[in-house]
Amino acid sequence: MALSRIASSSHASTLLKPLSAALSIRRLISSDSTVPLTIETSLPFISHKCDAPPRAVDTSASELFSFFRDMATMRRMEIAADSLYKAKLIRGFCHLYDGQEAVAIGMEAAITKKDAIITAYRDHCTFIGRGGTLLEVFGELMGRICGGSKGKGGSMHFYRKQTNFFGGHGIVGAQIPLGCGLAFAQRYSKEENVTFTLYGDGAANQGQLFEALNMAALWDLPAILVCENNHYGMGTAEWRAAKNPAYYKRGDYVPGLKVDGMDVLAVKQACKFAKENALKNGPLILEMDTYRYHGHSMSDPGSTYRTRDEISGVRQERDPIERVRKLLLAHDIASEKELKDIEKQVRKDVDDAIAKAKVKNKKYIVQSAIPCDRRTWLTILFFTFIFFSIRK
Amino acid sequence: MATLFQGVGAVTPFSASSSLDSNKLLLPSRKSLSISDSRGSIFVYRSDALNLKAATRKQDLLIPNAVATKGETSTSAKSGHELLLFEALREGLEEEMERDPRVCVMGEDVGHYGGSYKVTKGLAEKYGDLRVLDTPIAENSFTGMGIGAAMTGLRPIVEGMNMGFLLLAFNQISNNCGMLHYTSGGQFTIPIVIRGPGGVGRQLGAEHSQRLESYFQSIPGIQMVACSTPYNAKGLMKAAIRSENPVILFEHVLLYNLKERIPDEEYVLSLEEAEMVRPGEHITILTYSRMRYHVMQAAKTLVNKGYDPEVIDIRSLKPFDLYTIGCSVKKTHRVLIVEECMRTGGIGASLTAAITENFHDYLDAPIVCLSSQDVPTPYAGTLEEWTVVQPAQIVSAVEQLCQ
Repeated sequence: MALSRIASSSHASTLLKPLSAALSIRRLISSDSTVPLTIETSLPFISHKCDAPPRAVDTSASELFSFFRDMATMRRMEIAADSLYKAKLIRGFCHLYDGQEAVAIGMEAAITKKDAIITAYRDHCTFIGRGGTLLEVFGELMGRICGGSKGKGGSMHFYRKQTNFFGGHGIVGAQIPLGCGLAFAQRYSKEENVTFTLYGDGAANQGQLFEALNMAALWDLPAILVCENNHYGMGTAEWRAAKNPAYYKRGDYVPGLKVDGMDVLAVKQACKFAKENALKNGPLILEMDTYRYHGHSMSDPGSTYRTRDEISGVRQERDPIERVRKLLLAHDIASEKELKDIEKQVRKDVDDAIAKAKVKNKKYIVQSAIPCDRRTWLTILFFTFIFFSIRK
Repeated sequence: MATLFQGVGAVTPFSASSSLDSNKLLLPSRKSLSISDSRGSIFVYRSDALNLKAATRKQDLLIPNAVATKGETSTSAKSGHELLLFEALREGLEEEMERDPRVCVMGEDVGHYGGSYKVTKGLAEKYGDLRVLDTPIAENSFTGMGIGAAMTGLRPIVEGMNMGFLLLAFNQISNNCGMLHYTSGGQFTIPIVIRGPGGVGRQLGAEHSQRLESYFQSIPGIQMVACSTPYNAKGLMKAAIRSENPVILFEHVLLYNLKERIPDEEYVLSLEEAEMVRPGEHITILTYSRMRYHVMQAAKTLVNKGYDPEVIDIRSLKPFDLYTIGCSVKKTHRVLIVEECMRTGGIGASLTAAITENFHDYLDAPIVCLSSQDVPTPYAGTLEEWTVVQPAQIVSAVEQLCQ
């Protein structure tokens, strides 16, 4: 095993290539293997009025590999958005999701694109998870027409109709009744799909959540309410805002599950369990215990209400990408160098997307309407003008 | 956008000049609608028999009372059928539910109870509890739920038991209903209809006598219409359901028992059009909803005094039908707006601004706007009457304008 590491970490020269190829047979699992793996979640699930799912999660090498790549993409994208905001290319509001990637990725792994997702304003990564491209994200953030909402929405308004991603909402808690409406439509049309309605610990104290929960439970709507508990509602810690910060229990008659939101496998297991349950028994609440490294938004430094030690502590011990990296290395699915290469590739993809989105689309209307270049277009205009002035 | 329905016998030439012949019209409101057909709206099929009868019934259609009295119409056999306004709304709703399985209703007590104003009576038995949904008392969330369902393609009709209760859903109506089509870059349309009774009733108290059209009018992305007769109630209900845009349909508590004969055939009205109630020469009176009846009552007095008012029921509160209004202003040069909204920031205020901006040169006198007083509606009957525009005030305003 050590030999394979050395071989792959050196620059692949033609001499060593056949050697490394031979040595790679010694790797236990290749990164595109779909052979099932079973891995235990790091923490047990805590349940309320239901039976918790088992801690052993079915996954595969290729799935873990894709987790790493997708989460690295999201992380890099959010960091790049941070720099763009500071360079004043992104204005207004920018709420970053780094630290919480496991929730978006784990959820996607458990469901299909026919299931609906609706979330609040921290939606860049959820959009990517639902099939959005990096170009659409950066285009929208910079207000370009190549953006997901043609530049008309901004950071808080990403939507993707074809993969049932319903946004992207700026007003805290307003998406929760919308999410119940999506579930209502699914029940009305008798589809076997569910709706994941995401909200934060701050929104968990909104009245409309309880109103919507009541209706969802009354009519057995396939709605799964996911509280992404990053412990701070902007600057207010959860214990200062909620009398009962056990958000998974706040549904009372609605069953709930508390999940380690930094463990992508736990999230996947919980979402799979939730989908099966919701189709049979109606709504339930998932509380994802997660953390955001940035402040609430780019105008919030994030350090006035929490200590830097706390932030770095979580980063050291619970970072979702590091966790998957360790899993990949421990199960020998990939080597250090391969993972670093992926990160380099991701960085390049993100930079390319930003460069492409930065190009200002000048006179796009003319360019798209007239299938010729500017000089020809101006010539045509000139002669038309001459023609009409002669006619007069 | 309104689509064109070819009705046998109701097709009129597509020329702008035909609409100016409104002063030669002896036929009542329905005929005049077809004249404005030139802008390509959905129109009415009427049988010839009804046309002839309609000419003789002109006086009957100047409904003088603010509130309906039963048994006014003659008992001779005519085509069409007679019904009350709430029944007309129900008929329109039922026809649309029959036609499109995606249409559903949600609101408080709409199902088993049949609707607090009986608009949805019998529908739950026919279509089931999911299509005619009794919601808990949670306006914010069930309006939000309707909007979420509309995003997926369902066509919900959300009923506010009283329009005033929809203030609790203002966030959902403004931010989600109005704006989602724009902020998603056009990906989602919200084909929802939000309807309910508003306006000043009979001593219902301040909180139950609100006029929400003034609060909703600024929301970008929504359309607002107000119905006033059984005929336009059914037509506007159907048009609102068929529209891809979010539409708020304002009904009035006191108009639910109005009786009128409406055609048997299917018809859909245009959401963006005003209705010519009474063509005239001297002054244009713009009104909507219940105030139409106060205006018509005043018109009786005015006609006796020798004035010839032109009464237009604007119907479309957002956007205004500036075409019909403009043609009228160009003819009469004087405008009186009679509305039930508050003086400050009401529909009349916006309409005054719109007319001044567009037709200032055609006005011989400043626009006069008669609105309700800027006070919470009192409970005592006499006081309540004073807060709302009465026919006597309309008559004196016309006299003053026409000096």
